[in-house]
Amino acid sequence: MVRFENVGLRYGMGPEVLQDLNFAIGPGSFQFLTGPSGAGKTTLMRLLLLSLRPTRGLISIFGQDASALEKDAITAIRRRIGVVFQDFRLLDHLTTYENVALPLRVQNKSEAEYRDEVIELLRWVGLGDRMRVYPEVLSGGEKQRAAIARALIVRPELLLADEPTGNVDPTMARRIIRLFVELQRSGTSVVVATHDLGLMDQFDGARRLVLGDNRLHIYD
Amino acid sequence: MPAEPIQRSPAQTVNVKDRAAEAPLVPASSIAGRTLIIVVAIMTFLASLAAGGAVLIGQASREWRSTVSREATIQIKPSPSRDMESDVARTVQAAKAMPGVADVRAMTKRESELLLEPWLGQGVNLDEVPVPRMIVLKLAGDPPVDFDQLRRRIIEISPNANLDDHRIWSERLADMANALVAIALLLLALIVTAMALAISFATHGAMAGNREIIEVLHFVGASDRFISKQFQRRFVWLGLRGGLIGAGMASLVFLSAGLLSRRLAATPSGEQLEALFGSFSIGWLGYSAIALIAILSAALSGQTSRMIVFRRLRRLG
Repeated sequence: MVRFENVGLRYGMGPEVLQDLNFAIGPGSFQFLTGPSGAGKTTLMRLLLLSLRPTRGLISIFGQDASALEKDAITAIRRRIGVVFQDFRLLDHLTTYENVALPLRVQNKSEAEYRDEVIELLRWVGLGDRMRVYPEVLSGGEKQRAAIARALIVRPELLLADEPTGNVDPTMARRIIRLFVELQRSGTSVVVATHDLGLMDQFDGARRLVLGDNRLHIYD
Repeated sequence: MPAEPIQRSPAQTVNVKDRAAEAPLVPASSIAGRTLIIVVAIMTFLASLAAGGAVLIGQASREWRSTVSREATIQIKPSPSRDMESDVARTVQAAKAMPGVADVRAMTKRESELLLEPWLGQGVNLDEVPVPRMIVLKLAGDPPVDFDQLRRRIIEISPNANLDDHRIWSERLADMANALVAIALLLLALIVTAMALAISFATHGAMAGNREIIEVLHFVGASDRFISKQFQRRFVWLGLRGGLIGAGMASLVFLSAGLLSRRLAATPSGEQLEALFGSFSIGWLGYSAIALIAILSAALSGQTSRMIVFRRLRRLG
């Protein structure tokens, strides 16, 4: 599904912030991406999301060479990826419902097509009574759940979640990860960036991608 | 979706239609909307004035030319060796016999003298002054008068006769009117260019102000075309509001001018104005042009912003 071969990234003329990344993400796999703060987790997530281009190496995603992709092809690939940002990135002028429906709306789907699905998902993540409010009145945990719902609404083949449990209590964090595990079982590949070692220990079977010294170490 | 919800919300009938579900993705507050509406309104107003002015000049010019070309004048200069009254009578007969001449009227000696009054003043004894006699020809228009033949005929009658078919006047009026219309169209083009530039600045500002929204839209799978369409929608609406205000104001100006000119029509200055500019009414053609400019303002606003956003997103890669 995703393959990195000798991928390196530097900003401008500076040193490489990521070096010799070699790994693959298979279909229906689950992996934690971890490492100390500033190790490059978010940068690696951005490479996976095709919002950064590597300075060397090859990234292949859904069987396509990322360096050869035109903008329309990148858009098509992003529609197969769900993403949860560390800072949620909810649009403040849209209600929770509209934020969650956004990935479907940008695909020019009519509201009648997606309304029931969005409501069902919002209820499922516990935001059934918050769908008409704006993000500014949501708590951190509610924003987190809205961001997760937005990532899941397209039933992505690949889910990228950057610190999805950073703003919720431990119980909620476990529930969110359990949700991701269930998604993985239904065929979605999941990458969860986190530095919460305790949480990772509770899901022992998951693969760990550890960033350190600008390199990636893999523990299957 | 997984079977067990994270936290079930109270059972309720959710009516998400309470708010327009298709809320604009580019927030109204993120664009200098009011400023843009004012700029578009002013530009549309000026463009409508230019277009209405061009219509007014075109109409007046057609009226002048048709009035001038419906008349011709024969002037007979006095000569001691000739009988003026006889020359006038024979010339009138010859003119009446020409196909295309509807009416011929010789001005009396007194009427000819009155024509000189504005230059010579009243109370001047003109009995000793050789005042030319004028013969006014009303033309039917169809068939056209053969002026060369008429010229030859009247010179045969009197070598001092001279025919003025007003062609030079008509051509000069046409040239002047065409030049004024061209200037009005040039102004229109300049105003449209200025409006496009103002919209371009506003679009760049809106893009800078909505950078984060654009980024999120990209991440959730929005194409450049989709994003540029969102900006287009917003700018069409702003352009339409500005365009309607500007066009409405221009229409009011022309309506008021038309009413005022009708009210002043009975006064001497009103008559002069009417002779120059007609009834000051731009008619359906003028109002259609103004309505078209309002629509074009909205279209220009939307299209310019869409083009700029799309190109810029493509360049950003």
